[in-house]
Amino acid sequence: MDNPKAGQHISHQFNIELEEIRNRVLEMGGLVEQQINNAIKSIVDDDTELAHAVVQRDVKVNAAEVKIDEECSQILARRQPTASDLRLVVAVIKTITDLERIGDQAERIARMGLRLSEQERPKNGYHEIQNLGEHVARMMHDTLDAFARTDTEAALRVAKEDLSLDQEYDGIMRQSLTFMMEDPRMITRMLDVMWIARAIERIGDHSKNICEYIIYLVKGKNVRHTSLEMMEQEIQE
Amino acid sequence: MSDTNYTQSIITAKKDIESVNDNSDKLAQEKPCLTVNDLSLYYDQKQALYDINLSIPEKRVSAFIGPSGCGKSTLLRCFNRMNDLVDNCRIEGNIHLHDEDIYARGVNVADLRQKIGMVFQKPNPFPKSIYENVAYGLRLQGEKNRRRTDEIVEKSLKGAALWDEVKDRLHDSALGLSGGQQQRLVIARAIAIEPEVLLLDEPASALDPISTLKIEELIHELKENYTIVIVTHNMQQAARVSDYTAFLYMGKLIEFDDTNNIFTNPSMKQTEDYITGRYG
Repeated sequence: MDNPKAGQHISHQFNIELEEIRNRVLEMGGLVEQQINNAIKSIVDDDTELAHAVVQRDVKVNAAEVKIDEECSQILARRQPTASDLRLVVAVIKTITDLERIGDQAERIARMGLRLSEQERPKNGYHEIQNLGEHVARMMHDTLDAFARTDTEAALRVAKEDLSLDQEYDGIMRQSLTFMMEDPRMITRMLDVMWIARAIERIGDHSKNICEYIIYLVKGKNVRHTSLEMMEQEIQE
Repeated sequence: MSDTNYTQSIITAKKDIESVNDNSDKLAQEKPCLTVNDLSLYYDQKQALYDINLSIPEKRVSAFIGPSGCGKSTLLRCFNRMNDLVDNCRIEGNIHLHDEDIYARGVNVADLRQKIGMVFQKPNPFPKSIYENVAYGLRLQGEKNRRRTDEIVEKSLKGAALWDEVKDRLHDSALGLSGGQQQRLVIARAIAIEPEVLLLDEPASALDPISTLKIEELIHELKENYTIVIVTHNMQQAARVSDYTAFLYMGKLIEFDDTNNIFTNPSMKQTEDYITGRYG
């Protein structure tokens, strides 16, 4: 096996179970990533059919959360995992909560997209949403990558990336305000744009949370609610 | 809530977050009861323990875990010199109970074992009545006062959480008790002579789950008054009952730390491999 963390348990069945929840998280993550991409795409391409599909598929994300949650409870009850196994199960339980919320945000974005499609499209074709959305989709992708490879360095990079996402979000907020002041007829549409930007920004926060769980999983250190410097320090220890 | 209280609670919360990762030596702040210095032990030519150094904290539960033959029982037996009874067993280094070297010349081993009591894997009540089992140590000490003996027997049986089950048949044979009851009787017998330290060698491994839980509950109560060292094969049991856990492997002490650390984030890879059930 190439993963040094797995494949060594005396209990073969336990190995299988742990591998299984890891894989399921990645599967669920893949689904969520797709939901984000499609939600953004539905706005940029003004594709209402795609938006409807995103709204419908959120139930699959929810189902995945429930299923993985159940499996984790089973492992806790039957195996009483310790040390890194315990941390894996705890990290997975937390990760899927954030993934589920990301799924909800993607659904929200798609619903907003449906509302936007009833209004006149701006000349730039929601360019700023596309940029912000692509940014967060990249973060999401890197997060799942870091999870798959239990790579704390990569997790830290994503956590840092959240800062620049926040800045980009602030930019959109300021820009939208300016538009609204210049032309009150834009207010309805701009409010929707702001809500969408807000949802995307929240996805960034959830990705950052997941990265913190990855660091916990690997290092056994809780880096939530601490500064990036402290996070960096814990990783290097 | 007043403003200062509020500010204070915020500051406390921030400290709580910061202290989550602060595993700085809780153990070092404990008051040591037993201190082991460079202890090596040989059976004939074969070395069974290698340079063990650790301090057992007072009025805490310390658990020894490790695979069979790793030396955990051997180490436990060193604490009340049970290994003296083994032929060709040789010890280097020393163990202090507080400031007293228990391997010094002139130490009365019987006195030592009064201070450091021991309970074994299989309950070993004497073929006497329940009452006489508990009173046995007192009689050896020369206690003649009937009323005082009664008091201590009752107190010890209560301390071992057995009183309610046996108070109406104190003069029945101890051999009629169930395994779990016998084990608690043996613990009552051990605490009747008011030791400082209780050594428990796999005290629950021959018991059913309910009796096991009763013993574990008892250990939790006993640590208010006694320093407890327990050897166990059951890692979950070590995790449940102990404040500190030592992992021994092939006669060496690999790690001795806060039980919380050992079971969530051990610092040595060997410990991790053992407690997660991986090949070492």
